[in-house]
Amino acid sequence: MIEMRGVSKTYRVRRRDAGLGSAARSLFSRRYEEIPALREMSFAIPDGQIVGYIGPNGAGKSTTIKILCGILRPDAGTCRVGDLVPWEDRKRHVARLGVVFGQRSQLWWDVPVTDSFLLLRDIYRVPEARYRENLERLTELLDLGDLLRTPARLLSLGQRMRCEIAAALLHSPEILLLDEPTIGLDAVSKLKVRSFILEQNRQCGTTVILTTHDMQDIDALCSRVLLIGKGQLLLDGTTAQIRCLAGENLSTEESVADLYRRFGI
Amino acid sequence: MDTVKLYGKFLAIHLKSAMAYRGSFLLSCLGAMLVTANVFLGVVFLMARFETIQGYTLPQLTLGFAVILMATSLAECFARGLDSFSQVLAQAQFDRILVRPRGLLFQLLCQDMKPTMLARVLQAAVMIFFSVRSGAVAWTAAKAAVLALMILCGAAVFFGLFLVNATLCFFTTEGLEVMNIFTDGPREYGKYPFGVYGKPVLLVLTFLVPLALVQHWPLQYLLDRGPGWYGLLPVVSLLFLLPCWGLWRLGVRHYRSTGS
Amino acid sequence: MKQYLSFFRMRLLAGLQYRAAALAGMSTQLVWGTMEVLLYRAFYLESPEKFPMGMEALAAYIWLQQAFLAFFALWHLEPELADSVQQGTVAYELVRPGDLYGMWMARSLALRLSRAALRCLPILLVAALVPAPYGLRLTVSPGTLALFLVSMALMLVLVCAYTMVLYGLGFYLESTNGVRWLSLAAADLLGGAIVPLPFLPEPLRTIAALSPFGSMQNVPLRIYGGDIAGTEIPAAMGLQALWCLLLILAGWILMNRGLRRCVVAGG
Repeated sequence: MIEMRGVSKTYRVRRRDAGLGSAARSLFSRRYEEIPALREMSFAIPDGQIVGYIGPNGAGKSTTIKILCGILRPDAGTCRVGDLVPWEDRKRHVARLGVVFGQRSQLWWDVPVTDSFLLLRDIYRVPEARYRENLERLTELLDLGDLLRTPARLLSLGQRMRCEIAAALLHSPEILLLDEPTIGLDAVSKLKVRSFILEQNRQCGTTVILTTHDMQDIDALCSRVLLIGKGQLLLDGTTAQIRCLAGENLSTEESVADLYRRFGI
Repeated sequence: MDTVKLYGKFLAIHLKSAMAYRGSFLLSCLGAMLVTANVFLGVVFLMARFETIQGYTLPQLTLGFAVILMATSLAECFARGLDSFSQVLAQAQFDRILVRPRGLLFQLLCQDMKPTMLARVLQAAVMIFFSVRSGAVAWTAAKAAVLALMILCGAAVFFGLFLVNATLCFFTTEGLEVMNIFTDGPREYGKYPFGVYGKPVLLVLTFLVPLALVQHWPLQYLLDRGPGWYGLLPVVSLLFLLPCWGLWRLGVRHYRSTGS
Repeated sequence: MKQYLSFFRMRLLAGLQYRAAALAGMSTQLVWGTMEVLLYRAFYLESPEKFPMGMEALAAYIWLQQAFLAFFALWHLEPELADSVQQGTVAYELVRPGDLYGMWMARSLALRLSRAALRCLPILLVAALVPAPYGLRLTVSPGTLALFLVSMALMLVLVCAYTMVLYGLGFYLESTNGVRWLSLAAADLLGGAIVPLPFLPEPLRTIAALSPFGSMQNVPLRIYGGDIAGTEIPAAMGLQALWCLLLILAGWILMNRGLRRCVVAGG
């Protein structure tokens, strides 16, 4: 169970020139510009759900993800993931978490993927038997085979993304956070990634939260969609409901675009 | 225990990738050694002209230089992740570190190492060897222990400096070159015992950035120019790590509440 | 020429934007200079009779060295230019009018001038406030000042010509790293960056003075301090001019031959 209640986060951007000198000056007189990123965000996600988290750029998606990861501490509100508050008990919290940031790698660039996996096994303290079992399953489902012996820098984007997802699941996390997992992928890779996410959810009951701009991801994967704009939750429902709201015969893509317009975001 | 093992694995990986580009690795080692050799030659030339400075002979100076050189090279090799922290932040690698269930500093140290610097460690070892052979010091077991202490505590102080440097990256992206005064500077000017530069410099390096506690003062003991307790001063220098650590915690807190 | 004036202006403005970096650089240079002066002061107080040059001339040497570091810094290569040679994209430069050597030379000069212009004045001012004989004496005879400036100009051209040789070698070598490091080490030692030339033992001192590196910072800084004076001046500056000619010629040949090879090979 993931629960956020009344979570707010405002970034205070210091208005000053960059640099040490002005940094020293600003110790005495500070001027801030306040930029609200999240306002009173509340939602709950039961275990085992696949949730799409969508909204235009700057809506507060990555702020939410950062709070759920325990990277960021909100200004107000409560958040519980299982029995833990993410930012208070970082190490125990993140041990149950798998995170894939679509645009940056967690594999070590120069070494074969297997070596990266072995390091992750040690970092997460995965017992050998479980590691082997997981690796076998992931290798088969994601079709990793030969990729494991290749250094990460030589992989294509689609190949790398499959390895990234496997890397995030080696320690059998209860929750998988995917930040734009299909960005820049070709059609075949996209389909592979999607079918894998469904399979993982079905087999292991992993809760999946994904942010994406690709509405086909949403159609294929998500039983539930959270639509946010300007730091607020605007809509919480199924894709069918979204299409309903927008009017007849529109695709999800068009419906969402229509909703963005209507909410003025 | 498994932390040590994990560190060993990372060490192996960094050495392996250095070896993968063997030619350029050896060339960088050579380059690093040339720079130091040049600085040392400068000392040799001046000593050829002046013979002694404040009572130090060349082999005695060599010992002081080697201590600082080895300390800073060890720190540069193993705390590379702190030294290059601005890039870690710029590439959002720190977020990645935060979502892994291990200590933040530990992960940073694992992330990046600079094996090239081991060439300079070797160079410093050779310098110590020649200094010892020339009979600059009347050696006892206690003195040998103090020498080891000087090197290790020196590496710790440099580590603290790199930590402060990294912490500043949380707050500003510009003007960080100022920290070179305390990181590159002592490496360069440690070629002479810090007392040579006069009292104000010695005071700063005793009480503010305690590098004199690992070089100048214990060196007096090694050369029988000062009392025995000078030999224990390197241990005192470790106190420097406390405020450095505190600052680092503050920086991490800042990062986790501003996200940038 | 006009386009290089604007390049210079652009560089200067860009440099001004990074005030914090410039400030940090200046403080570092000031501390460096201070430490160096303090070091020689220790030797001077102990045995002034063994000094091969006056303390005042030495102090001037050290402070000017810090103030104009951007001029002498042989390790500052423009990665853009070096890479374009190494990767062969330099062939595209040929579509532009004008001689490539001249263009790059002007660009290197502008870069070094703008870097130094930003940083030298504050350092010179602070150095002037340091009490004698450890500070920088600003009052020198107009004649000496003129000779100093001419020699500085020769030195700047020489440094840039030298970097052009390095770029030129890029056409023939797979990697210039080795050459660069070796020549940097030689330049540090023979050019007077580690210790000023008068402190070197013979015969190294003579070798250094005759080498191209000895015609760089060594000459103008010592003319300013009065350490090179009288009939030594025309000899030293003549050697500077000779090295300028030789290195320009070498760089020009290397570059044009390399370019031709590059074009024949199809870029």
